[in-house]
Amino acid sequence: MSYDAIVIGAGMSGLAAGIRLAMFDKKVVILEKHSIPGGLNSYYQRRNFQKGGVRQFDVGLHALTNFIKKGEKGKPFSKLLKQLRLSYDDFKLCPQTYSKIVFPNIELKFSNDFELLCSEVVEKFPKEKDHFFNLVEKVKSFNELDLGLGYQSSREVLKTLISDDLLIEMLICPLLIYGSAWEDDMDFAQFVIMFKSLYFEGFSRPQGGVRTIISLLMKKLEELGAEVRFKASVNSIITRDGRAVGVDVGGEEILAPVILSSIGYPETCRLTPELADKVSPRVGAMTFLESIFVFDKKILPAQNDSTIIFYNNNKKYNYRPAINYFDESSAVVCFPDNYEMNQSQGEGTVRVTYMANYQQWRDLERNHYEDKKELVGQSALNLVKKLSPGFEGELLFKDIFSPLTIERYTWHLNGTVYGSIDKTRDGSTPISGLYIIGTDQGFLGIVGSILSGISLANLHGLMGAEG
Amino acid sequence: MTSANVRQIVIDIISDIAPDEDVTNLDDKVSLREQLDLDSMDFLDIVMELRKRHKVEVPQEDYPKLATLESCVVYLSPKFA
Ligand SMILES: Cc1cc2nc3c(=O)[nH]c(=O)nc-3n(C[C@H](O)[C@H](O)[C@H](O)COP(=O)(O)OP(=O)(O)OC[C@H]3O[C@@H](n4cnc5c(N)ncnc54)[C@H](O)[C@@H]3O)c2cc1C
Repeated sequence: MSYDAIVIGAGMSGLAAGIRLAMFDKKVVILEKHSIPGGLNSYYQRRNFQKGGVRQFDVGLHALTNFIKKGEKGKPFSKLLKQLRLSYDDFKLCPQTYSKIVFPNIELKFSNDFELLCSEVVEKFPKEKDHFFNLVEKVKSFNELDLGLGYQSSREVLKTLISDDLLIEMLICPLLIYGSAWEDDMDFAQFVIMFKSLYFEGFSRPQGGVRTIISLLMKKLEELGAEVRFKASVNSIITRDGRAVGVDVGGEEILAPVILSSIGYPETCRLTPELADKVSPRVGAMTFLESIFVFDKKILPAQNDSTIIFYNNNKKYNYRPAINYFDESSAVVCFPDNYEMNQSQGEGTVRVTYMANYQQWRDLERNHYEDKKELVGQSALNLVKKLSPGFEGELLFKDIFSPLTIERYTWHLNGTVYGSIDKTRDGSTPISGLYIIGTDQGFLGIVGSILSGISLANLHGLMGAEG
Repeated sequence: MTSANVRQIVIDIISDIAPDEDVTNLDDKVSLREQLDLDSMDFLDIVMELRKRHKVEVPQEDYPKLATLESCVVYLSPKFA
């Protein structure tokens, strides 16, 4: 079989790339190893023992970043809508109430109105007022989309602008845990992307969760007649004289002059011997544990009305693999019921993310693995109660997934969520015709990886193919 | 094909790729980017739609010739002839 282009992976970036190529009549196939789409932001279900039937869960969705109001222009989310020809209303976005960064004895609130964060900083760090606005100006004028930029430490840049270390820690905390492959720091271009997506633009959640997004993308692909194959594991990428020519899927050869791989840069190297001879991008160390709790009732606004809490109980924010399986001194706690327009009736859900340590989890024996997960769940549950004083809901269900779970279902080496620390910003590799899209091109999160898929399909699948 | 036809073809494409834009009162001499929320990705879509719908090819080095409605008509008319 031969195609104009092959997309490896039906995660957010792969689905988006497939749409762009199919839209302009390219013969494209998306090959996905798993039996369902979504990748790092997929979905699953579990039996409901209390009421029968099943409960639906999202693997990853806390928040859709880059919130815009209907009709807002020139923003990443509006570009995404235009490029994929999707309508704003189809996403059924429910905006956040507000979120907060909680450190010992101090907190900063932010919402989809950037003014809230500004007034919080001015109130709590009065001496830093001008410094903060200098940072805001720097972020505004920075061209983070320049694909030629090299790595620049965000902490170094922040130190030149802001004098109070605590403010630096508080501002960088959500940006690190929502999008840094690097430990304790991040590339400044990535900082700017995240600053805009979280603080300037903000959070929302599609009604129905990640399924809403995935089904919009799948429906679009179907309308365009694109082919998506599940349980289609790419075993190797075939190259000839420095050019990619196709892939091997379970012994079948599929040929195409353009291959867009969303499985990660190191993961792509493993499938491509000729590429592995030339580069060895490092696997990132950041991976997480996610605990999901279902209670018999929702948390009341008086107990906690925020949407996401970035919690840290240290003076500094340590963003690195946990020393001892998981790090309970910081967490992201997401209250999906606190997006606007959700009903007050029915079960309540809370999600808690801890930083983890892949090696330790991998080395655990099976029976200890379950015990350790139990400890994680206990700790996370205590944190939920601490952050929602007075809440006495009965726990109906809990599910905890580890770096091993992430690795098992997405095939990301070491269960990394934000990929390699060696990004290829323009997506190119030393093998011509083979491009990296999604996380390891440097754009991550749901909106970021979709935009990555779009722009690289444009660049290498549509423009490159002209004339 | 008349200039008016070519102009309309371009406008039809723009209103399909940017459905929220008002394309009724465009000034033909002013750059499209100044009047509408169009970025380089959208210009790529104009080019791709010209190819898909009308089999008209616009090589990358000629993209600047699509800057205004007037320049579009001048540049594209011979291709529709
Ligand atoms: C717990 C958790 C919480 C998160 N929370 C959020 C959030 O709140 N908001 C947000 O925006 N983002 C969140 N993210 C991040 C977001 O999910 C990812 O950044 C994004 O989904 C990455 O998409 P991608 O297309 O780059 O890669 P992936 O989703 O990893 O896609 C790669 C695909 O390739 C497939 N694959 C792998 N190997 C092969 C092979 N050999 N052959 C064929 N297919 C293969 C995989 O199965 C996968 O489907 C979260 C992630 C996790 C894990």
